[in-house]
Amino acid sequence: MGRERRRQLINRLMEGLAVFSAVVTLLPLALILAFLIYQGISYINWDFFTKMPEPVGEAGGGMANGIVGTLILIGLASLIGVPVGVGAGVYVAENGHTRLAWTARFMADVLNGVPSIVVGIFAYTLMVLPMRSFSAVAGGFALGIMMIPVVLRTTEEMLKLVPTSLHEAALALGVPRWKVTVRVALRTARAGIITGIMLAVARIAGETAPLLFTAFGNQFWSIRLDEPIAAMPLQIFTYAISPYDSWHAQAWAGALVLVCLILVISVVARTAGRGRFGVVR
Amino acid sequence: MFEGIVIDRLSAWFGAKQVLHDVDMKIEGRRITAIIGPSGCGKSTLIRCLNRMHEVVPEARVTGRVLVDGRDIYAPEVDPVEVRRRIGMVFQRPNPFPTMSIYDNVAAGLKLNGIRKRQLLDEVVERSLMLAALWDEVKDDLRKSGSSLSGGQQQRLCIARAIAVEPDVLLMDEPCSALDPVATAKIEELMTDLKKDYTIVIVTHNMQQAARVSEYTGFLLLGEMVEFGGTQELFTTPKNPRTESYITGRFG
Repeated sequence: MGRERRRQLINRLMEGLAVFSAVVTLLPLALILAFLIYQGISYINWDFFTKMPEPVGEAGGGMANGIVGTLILIGLASLIGVPVGVGAGVYVAENGHTRLAWTARFMADVLNGVPSIVVGIFAYTLMVLPMRSFSAVAGGFALGIMMIPVVLRTTEEMLKLVPTSLHEAALALGVPRWKVTVRVALRTARAGIITGIMLAVARIAGETAPLLFTAFGNQFWSIRLDEPIAAMPLQIFTYAISPYDSWHAQAWAGALVLVCLILVISVVARTAGRGRFGVVR
Repeated sequence: MFEGIVIDRLSAWFGAKQVLHDVDMKIEGRRITAIIGPSGCGKSTLIRCLNRMHEVVPEARVTGRVLVDGRDIYAPEVDPVEVRRRIGMVFQRPNPFPTMSIYDNVAAGLKLNGIRKRQLLDEVVERSLMLAALWDEVKDDLRKSGSSLSGGQQQRLCIARAIAVEPDVLLMDEPCSALDPVATAKIEELMTDLKKDYTIVIVTHNMQQAARVSEYTGFLLLGEMVEFGGTQELFTTPKNPRTESYITGRFG
């Protein structure tokens, strides 16, 4: 076999492998979505979004409490994750050479890899035990902690993309450094940072483990922050391990809605990032 | 009346590397002073020492005195932010704020320092753009993004932005090196107009440009001020043999 033929063969083989890997990457999500739609779509109706869960054996009912609970938990988590993450990201980007910045960056990476159940235990020890009750705040706290590293790293990366020349232009106008950061650098990087925040939200929206012993879940309607609160992932979990067919159906529908929610957030985040300024993710 | 700038034994470092060695120089008020020299000779560093922008870079350090209107800007009680408000700067590459409109770019110095009075801002924007010879080209597009302009227009926008805060001095760090000849000619013409009100220091690569626009020229080589004097004398009867070799094109 000629060298030329051999080279072409290897080229084709490698190209085939790469395409195959790309397809394998797409496949799980496509299959999950297809399966969820197949199993869950018929149980999704208006009642699912507006009604409370029905007792075992009764048909119908919905997940209104879980949906609202998840939204409340996301809100609480953002209250912690966004300011801390953006603030730390600004510090790390502006003072990259200091020891504190290096440590914060490293810890954020480690925290990102900590199993979410461990974050749950941490929140349990810090919030649930002293409060003597499972609560929405404890759940939001656990999720907020999980948001911090993602928000920190995107904020840092986006701020680093802001050219030095813009910092210098503002400094040379006699603008104090903190104002340059807030009014010029953050503003220029805004689209990218918002994308990062939304991706972090998408990531925590489906977390179950950290909520198991913090938010705990609730079969009833509750929006009180100091009481156990329902959340979609928890409810799906409870329903899925139950022996009842009607609950299984609800679990499928819930899973479908949750995945769609996360998908929508991700898509919005990707497109919102393409602002009129060229910081694109 | 602005008296000018006296540079007294100015040295500058990046970390352990010394890039300026005991530079002495006197910059006259309301005149154009050019600093020429080969790449890497410290021209940009010198000009960045005049509005305390040098120290923005980590590990950068300065010794010596820079007297602006008789007052040392490196005195311990002086706030670099105040210095920069009085000494404007135009950079090598046009750098308008991409998220701001043309109007907001010009008003940026005032707005970022808390001035919000609409009428005042309108006046300042119009006057600065007029001075920067850009008003006629952009007056109907003030709401458009600053980055929508051509390179030469962007640089004039940056000049307008710098003069909007009414500094005493305008530092220009190779303002034409990213521009074509037509845009360069416009900026040079503009500089000649601006010297009625401003003291201008320009760093340039281009000796013809220095000869065309400036009254005084300094030749900087390896961080030392080799020769400083009237532009005409420096280019026609240089006192230092190194100046002569440089301007006759024997190196650099």
